[in-house]
Amino acid sequence: MSAAAIASKLTIRHAGMSYGDLVAIDDCNLDIAPNTIVSIVGPSGCGKTTLLWAMSGLHRLSRGDILLDAKPITGPHPDIGLVFQEANLLPWRNLIDNILFPFEIKRQTPDRDWINHLLDRCGLLGFEQNFPRELSGGMQQRASIVRALSLRPQVLLMDEPFGALDAFTREEMNRLVEEIWLETKTTIVFITHSIEEAIFLSDRVIVLTKRPGRVQSDYTVPFVRPRSLETMASKPVFDLTNLIKADIYGIKPTAAAAE
Amino acid sequence: MSNAIPEFSKSGGGAGRGKIGLNNMSAFAAGSGSRTRAEILAIIITAIIVIGSIEGALVWFEVKEYILPRPSAVAVALVKEMPLLLPHLGHTLIQLFGGFAIGASIGLILAAVITQFPFAEKIIAPYILILVTTPMLALVPLLILRFGFGYEPRIIAVALACGPMVMINAATGFRRVDSAKIALARSYGASTLQIFWKIRAPMALPMILVGLMIGAIFGLLTTVGAEMVGGGFGLGNRLTTYSSMINMPEFFAVIAILSTMGILIYVFFFLVGKKWASWEA
Repeated sequence: MSAAAIASKLTIRHAGMSYGDLVAIDDCNLDIAPNTIVSIVGPSGCGKTTLLWAMSGLHRLSRGDILLDAKPITGPHPDIGLVFQEANLLPWRNLIDNILFPFEIKRQTPDRDWINHLLDRCGLLGFEQNFPRELSGGMQQRASIVRALSLRPQVLLMDEPFGALDAFTREEMNRLVEEIWLETKTTIVFITHSIEEAIFLSDRVIVLTKRPGRVQSDYTVPFVRPRSLETMASKPVFDLTNLIKADIYGIKPTAAAAE
Repeated sequence: MSNAIPEFSKSGGGAGRGKIGLNNMSAFAAGSGSRTRAEILAIIITAIIVIGSIEGALVWFEVKEYILPRPSAVAVALVKEMPLLLPHLGHTLIQLFGGFAIGASIGLILAAVITQFPFAEKIIAPYILILVTTPMLALVPLLILRFGFGYEPRIIAVALACGPMVMINAATGFRRVDSAKIALARSYGASTLQIFWKIRAPMALPMILVGLMIGAIFGLLTTVGAEMVGGGFGLGNRLTTYSSMINMPEFFAVIAILSTMGILIYVFFFLVGKKWASWEA
């Protein structure tokens, strides 16, 4: 085992995924260091979601491996948490029963102190008895984050979690994810369509190519955390945003900067 | 299930994701809160006016009792005949509950199993449709030939009427697979059985309740029909007896009991739905 593989929390090795004749992902390689946030961006249909689902162990790759701590993932893994595109709460359960759902499935005793702390962090204390339809979209997605974190996963996979939310709620959620990360240092893989969101959250932004998906570019995001409004409005952030956009749309950076 | 790139956005509704929840078919649902005193008063006054006008009209036009009895005569007959009718009501209830319990259980189990195998479902579907659309009452004379005049032919007929109704609705419920919710359970390592009890069954519950309600009402229909065909007991038997003797007030008293049973079945399932399936709203 090479040194690089050991230092990496999550490793994608020669990943390929085909659906019949359609090659969604081809020879995709990526090392994700522990305690970092890595965003994956790319045009629609570049296989971002497919890749994430393979990392979750819910879908098998056609080719290649995904390793967690250098061990191949063969199915759903207790150390990997998943946050879906929509909150995906069970509508017939109230909030707290939704959060306890994983423990029910795993027949584990929940850590109530930790869950209460998370609920507090996410501004959901006092809403435990409410049903999902009584909560706003943002609250529902926060509940699903609490559900995913309640098991203290080492890796949190987030599949465009805030795509359906309005811009204000989305920004709030981004700050929440950063706060939680600063506290837990959970390794996060974040799929998004929003470059701004990717830069705000991530230590690294990975751009995938259009089908078949593979790594096109790999950007390091060096800005200090917590990332303030001033930082996010600064020239380096602006430049990086344009650079990544230009990269995705295949246009020259200068043209993008002028837009 | 298509084999394309997984698309788990939106509420991934399966085939029959029609909104046919209990709330859509309830006259009771209007104004879900408690009724105000004015509303209750209005309901009572309306009832008095309706029944009073029927009574008045029948007296005014001197309609003969054997053509249409006055509501007051029906009420008197209901009270007077009650001791005689109660045992018959008992028989009817036993047959209804017996047949319903058997038919509904088989229907539910079949629905749960068959929906797991879409191919088998396609093959079986036409037969289920035949069972649903054929009036099981037509079989009662045959069943009587085979099983005599006791409970058996009637309970069998009721089960045959309820079962397919429950099954077809429950199957619609079980088919409403939400792949994202199943993926959620699987991501926590849920077994097939856990997915069934914790995801599929609760998702199907609103449709199951609709099926049980329709099944129970069909069961009541079939019970009474079967009793009218043959055998010496049950409310249906009373109907034929009273009508042959032209005892119309008593005849309508039995009809009133049957209507009440139907309404109680409806209210029961409505309340159960409100308690356990209100999330569907």
